[in-house]
Amino acid sequence: MNDDLFRGKLVRLAMDEPDVMAEAFARWTRDSEYWRLLASDPTRINSVKATRDWLERELFKDPPDFHMFTIRRLDDDRLIGEIGLDGVDLPHGDTFVGIGLGERDSWGHGYGTDAMRIILRYAFTELNLRRVSLDVFEYNPRAVASYKKVGFVEEGRLRRFLHRDGHRWDLIFMGMLRAEWEIHKGEISVR
Amino acid sequence: MPNDLFHGNLVYLTAEEPEAQASSFSRWFQNTEFARLLAIAPEILWSQNKIKEWIEKDYEKEKPEGYFFTVRDSQNDRLIGFFGLWDIDVNHLNSIIAIGIGEPEYWGKGYGSEAMQLALRYAFTELNLHRVSLFVFAYNTRAIRSYYKSGFQLEGIQRKAMLRDGERHDIVAMGILREEWEARAA
Amino acid sequence: MDIQKQLFLGKTICLGPIDHEKDPAIISGWTHNPEYLRLVDTAPAYPNAAAQVKKKLEAIEKRLEEGKNMYYFHIRDRQDDRLIGFATIRWIEWTHGSGWIHLGIGDPQDWRKGIGSEVLDLLLQYTFNELNLYRLTAMIPEYNPGARRLFEKAGFIEEVRRRQALNRDGQRWDLLLYGLLREEWEAQHAQ
Repeated sequence: MNDDLFRGKLVRLAMDEPDVMAEAFARWTRDSEYWRLLASDPTRINSVKATRDWLERELFKDPPDFHMFTIRRLDDDRLIGEIGLDGVDLPHGDTFVGIGLGERDSWGHGYGTDAMRIILRYAFTELNLRRVSLDVFEYNPRAVASYKKVGFVEEGRLRRFLHRDGHRWDLIFMGMLRAEWEIHKGEISVR
Repeated sequence: MPNDLFHGNLVYLTAEEPEAQASSFSRWFQNTEFARLLAIAPEILWSQNKIKEWIEKDYEKEKPEGYFFTVRDSQNDRLIGFFGLWDIDVNHLNSIIAIGIGEPEYWGKGYGSEAMQLALRYAFTELNLHRVSLFVFAYNTRAIRSYYKSGFQLEGIQRKAMLRDGERHDIVAMGILREEWEARAA
Repeated sequence: MDIQKQLFLGKTICLGPIDHEKDPAIISGWTHNPEYLRLVDTAPAYPNAAAQVKKKLEAIEKRLEEGKNMYYFHIRDRQDDRLIGFATIRWIEWTHGSGWIHLGIGDPQDWRKGIGSEVLDLLLQYTFNELNLYRLTAMIPEYNPGARRLFEKAGFIEEVRRRQALNRDGQRWDLLLYGLLREEWEAQHAQ
């Protein structure tokens, strides 16, 4: 059995104390670009207290509404982001995955892609789901490329769904079936 | 798209921990000039504890009622003021803005104007509002000048709506439309 | 603008509030028909007693009170006030002008009588002329051709196909997302 369920090549998935998470998450919201890449609701700056209250209410309730992990680098153990599965629909075996890297200097180094591989393995071999879904904003091409590298297939777009900065942008849906993951295991070779 | 909604040159926007916010607010309202420029009601001098309690209660709400930011000096990180977009009519995409610079040494130097620009950019490109309104007291000539400079237009006057120091004063209603703001920003 | 035009009155049906005394028993009857449940919802089919429905309706009204991002109606026959179904515009994101539309007609005897079209027509007018939203999304299981026809006739376009997202009756089905933009609805309406 795989005892490295939470470890990848560059990062590991973990759970941190609420104070640690609240400090980091609140700090990341000071960067409006981080939020705009991740969430559709209007950007907000959150205080540590408000973040901590939210974590207590949502994440630490039993059972939690979603499976969230913190992402830590293997080399220096730095907390760089979070990744989670939302809306796990057990009867249909599907869920939505979402990831956010709050530390800007960790963008573009493959940490997100590695974290995504770990959570896919978790979804398919520990939660035994049959598919994993995600949605991503048209104006986030770096994320779209990362998800394709890991094997997600584009399934369509909700046209002109997001209104930001005077423009309308599509909301792209992607999905991966268990049968597909079992073949490539999240590693799509570049042709 | 531009990356940073929260930073200007002179100021940047933050969310405060309840203690810090309560402490500043409590002190600002003890300055009656500030209180009389900003607020219509005779403000009770609330304790820091009471203000902290309200802020915390606000945080507990699932759906906050408006968008509130505190404003800090970019140079020295000092907490100098705030603004809030309230009373949002979601299907009409309107809102009212309340803005205040609490530290008097920051008046008349462009800090408030810049905070207003950040507020309007947030209102028009993130909340996608169609118009922003404000009410300002006729004797607050410095603010009125600043609002005109920011692109607000005079829309109405509530005649003699305030009584202070034995005299009646008008309340001025101003507004700015998204297309007007976009034309200026272009 | 014709201020006297009634937004909630159709030819044979009308949109109205919940009747907490009478509606639960009727809705409870619908939930004993798995065909209805499987067409109208992806959650596992499960019958509800009137007492359970009553609690659910109260919870819905509480949510309407607390948030500003859902509108919920009961559909009634104009002649005899009989409860026919429900309709909702939900998950509204005001800053993006987006909402999700969902409706259901409970009694099979009321199916295929054009009621769906009448309801949809009223809802679209309400959405675009009163809520002033920009786009609507409908979530329809592949195995519900009646709903697909209803929305396609109203001008919705299939935008996303979430492959095998549903698992029912030993079979896998796609979950379709259909969308209608304001300008498309206005163009049809102008004719």
